Amino acid sequence: MPQRRSHLERLEAESIRIIREVAAEMKKPVMLYSIGKDSSVMLHLARKAFYPAPPPFPLMHVDTTWKFREMIEFRDRMAAEAGMELIVHTNLQGKADNINPFDHGSSYYTQVMKTDALKQALDMHKFDAAFGGARRDEEKSRAKERIFSFRTATHAWDPKNQRPELWSIYNTRVKAGESIRVFPLSNWTELDIWQYILAENIPIVPLYFADHRPVVERDGTIIMVDDERMPLKDGESPQMRLVRFRTLGCYPLTGAVESGASTLEEIVEEMLIARTSERSGRMIDHDDSASMEKKKREGYF
Amino acid sequence: MNELTEISANITDYLAEQENKGFLRFITCGSVDDGKSTLIGRLLFDTKLIFEDQLAALERDSKKHGTLGDDIDFALLVDGLEAEREQGITIDVAYRFFATDKRKFIVADTPGHEQYTRNMATGASTADLAVILIDARKGVLTQTRRHSFIVSLLGIRHVVVAVNKMDLVDYSEERFREIEQAYRAFGETFDFETLEIVPVSALKGDNIMERSPVMPWYQGKSLLDHLNTVEIGSDEAERPFRMPVQWVNRPNLDFRGYCGTVVSGTVRPGDKVVIAKSGRATEISRIVSMDGDLDEAVSGDSITLLLKDEVDISRGDVICASDSRAEVADQFSAHLIWMSDEALYPGRPYLLKTGTQTVTATVTELKHKIDVNSFEHLAAKEMHLNEVAFCNLSLSSPIAFDPYETNREMGSFILIDRFTNQTVGAGVIWYALRRASNIHLQALDVDKTAHADLKGQKPAVLWFTGLSGAGKSTIANLVEKKLHARGRHTYLLDGDNVRHGLNRDLGFTEADRVENIRRVGEVAKLFVDAGLITLVSFISPFRAERQMARNLVADDEFIEIYVSTPLSVAEERDPKGLYRKARDGQLKNFTGIDSPYEEPENAQLVLDTVGNDADVLADQVIRYLEDNGYIGR
Repeated sequence: MPQRRSHLERLEAESIRIIREVAAEMKKPVMLYSIGKDSSVMLHLARKAFYPAPPPFPLMHVDTTWKFREMIEFRDRMAAEAGMELIVHTNLQGKADNINPFDHGSSYYTQVMKTDALKQALDMHKFDAAFGGARRDEEKSRAKERIFSFRTATHAWDPKNQRPELWSIYNTRVKAGESIRVFPLSNWTELDIWQYILAENIPIVPLYFADHRPVVERDGTIIMVDDERMPLKDGESPQMRLVRFRTLGCYPLTGAVESGASTLEEIVEEMLIARTSERSGRMIDHDDSASMEKKKREGYF
Repeated sequence: MNELTEISANITDYLAEQENKGFLRFITCGSVDDGKSTLIGRLLFDTKLIFEDQLAALERDSKKHGTLGDDIDFALLVDGLEAEREQGITIDVAYRFFATDKRKFIVADTPGHEQYTRNMATGASTADLAVILIDARKGVLTQTRRHSFIVSLLGIRHVVVAVNKMDLVDYSEERFREIEQAYRAFGETFDFETLEIVPVSALKGDNIMERSPVMPWYQGKSLLDHLNTVEIGSDEAERPFRMPVQWVNRPNLDFRGYCGTVVSGTVRPGDKVVIAKSGRATEISRIVSMDGDLDEAVSGDSITLLLKDEVDISRGDVICASDSRAEVADQFSAHLIWMSDEALYPGRPYLLKTGTQTVTATVTELKHKIDVNSFEHLAAKEMHLNEVAFCNLSLSSPIAFDPYETNREMGSFILIDRFTNQTVGAGVIWYALRRASNIHLQALDVDKTAHADLKGQKPAVLWFTGLSGAGKSTIANLVEKKLHARGRHTYLLDGDNVRHGLNRDLGFTEADRVENIRRVGEVAKLFVDAGLITLVSFISPFRAERQMARNLVADDEFIEIYVSTPLSVAEERDPKGLYRKARDGQLKNFTGIDSPYEEPENAQLVLDTVGNDADVLADQVIRYLEDNGYIGR
């Protein structure tokens, strides 16, 4: 018997089901919105899940203050278009202390401005469920994480004591203070994401497309000089190069790739031919193979 | 790299082709060192799903933790948790993705150790096919039998037995045939739809992608060839229509959409449907989506339905084809897999979640345990971690379901511990039980003490008495909220809500007032039996009737709380305008006006509402309960 639905249609249906289950069972869910392509797909799925109503939860962006400017513009536009409340949270203490990736190193900076900030925001708003756009194909410890991933009151993940997750029946029960991180895109691959963006014509941040941008090269990584806060080293001066980004985050920590891909088709084509996986553009994963698991145990998304 | 050259040639065609690929979810299982992870690593590697930087990390890790000297240890690619890499074993289910030119695959790599049977069941629950590994040197082991049993129990109809490590038995045909025969000897009893047995070496790649020249005696398909072509009879779309309602979408008064995932069948506008539990019939009017209305939805689709009639439907209802409804029952027989370190005892209540329905359930009878290695039926009084049993369950209210055999989504459930919130069991439903013939409710020796022990509290009736408008309900409500916040189990019986239902046949004559209190007293008694802290908020003006209620329960189970307010103050508050009506003569026999209120003489607590905040008074009640050991601090 031929299968009646394509792979993407199945993935879409599964994700919508997950998103609705959270809305139905949790008291106060929030959708974490990182502005990247996966977040764009997740937001699109949320809108489909509740159409013609807007999704019954807010979007939340943890702003490290070091995001690309284009990301922030895009974020505000998308939230308005979806008719959703947008919560922007910054670790104000970290900001007051001027914690930045240049003086404090990527690891400490990420801890303070991303992980701590996220925990603060979740505690402050008392959210009991938070959607994240992570996929299982991204990284080894994620491959083992549940779709509904339980967190203790201190936001810790205990990988050895996860709730069994059978069929499509999700255990959403939490006590006061505890929460669940929910990953509706768990079973999507990077290729699925791009194909879906193409098929559904989902808007994404222009930074994904090639353009001439001012960059410097450090230790083999191409960094875009997005604003004047970036300290230049002696003899360093930004060069205009035709680059794009495969993944988006804080601009000082996100490596660009040289590319002329300026359409979605070209991006997908480039991705298929690429032999380097996408997270290698993110500088926080390099230290140790187990580093993501460690970060996640501490509450990183 | 041929495929990639073609990509450049025509990306649009390539994407269309991707889109039309088939899809298969499978699970790999086998005992500890059979090489499951190695097999998956091999599949990812051979289908070019491993990127350069991952390969570099893999080479680094292989030298650090690997067991193969300088060779690449593919197992490290999938064993994602630190503890797993250090111990060289798989602990949890890992989900992996790869694709061939024919199909896309999601594979659940599940652990072999017996203590991780629950993880194996987790992986199996969403798979359509199982690859069971056997180490060629060891042959069929008890784990092989256990895995085959669980695979069959969870409804997987297609099995591939991969006899691995053929390189270590010199690719011996004789050895392979021996194992093949041994497996078929018991595997046939499971009646799998397809059963293929393939000799492979995951390490060397023999018979994985292509048939290997080192085993010319093997004439069957390679493993991947089989995975690419096996026909998975996904006939859910042909079965009767079912959609559990997950969410009711009401953006405005003119739109009422029922959202859910079609778990079987096909639905079109105009189809006649029935709501399983209520039996109400209606018709589909539209299938709404952001991309416009749909002509049809099939099993697997997440949709929004509009119905022709206004029918009372909420989350947990199941919309069914009108000519073939789901069964509705509150008692059924099921196979249960126990997943918790804490044993299961019959009579203990758990939450049962199936589809979008959640109810309280108890196992009323453990029929037998199944020895997962020998398949023998054993008598059992309790169930321990990783055990499988056949049992009867009784629910707090009926659910709509279909037997697992005919509908995986409608016949599966999980059990959740109500205190730890852990998922402690998973079950597949076989058939409903007819109440009278099959279930003996008195077989349960669960009494008041058992109920109360489980809740960690001492049940009691908190009897709030006082004039109308004294503040009884306000305080009782606050007390209940505070108890609830502490995880205590409560129920509030309020004069008004009881009079609207249970006692709606009663008026305000003295006889009716006595009967009113008698019934409330009896209900409170049942609730105390159930282990609840029961709050009763009733004017209950007569001492005799309060005494009557007190006599229904044990001495220390009745706490009389007098909410004391002078008549003048209550009359001034007059929250419901009743005093005014009574003074006007529109209301007869009104307490305090033309009917007496007899103040309690020996109330356990007197709450003076004049000059005291309701919250402070509620705390006074809580303190009393703490001081007298009804609840912990």
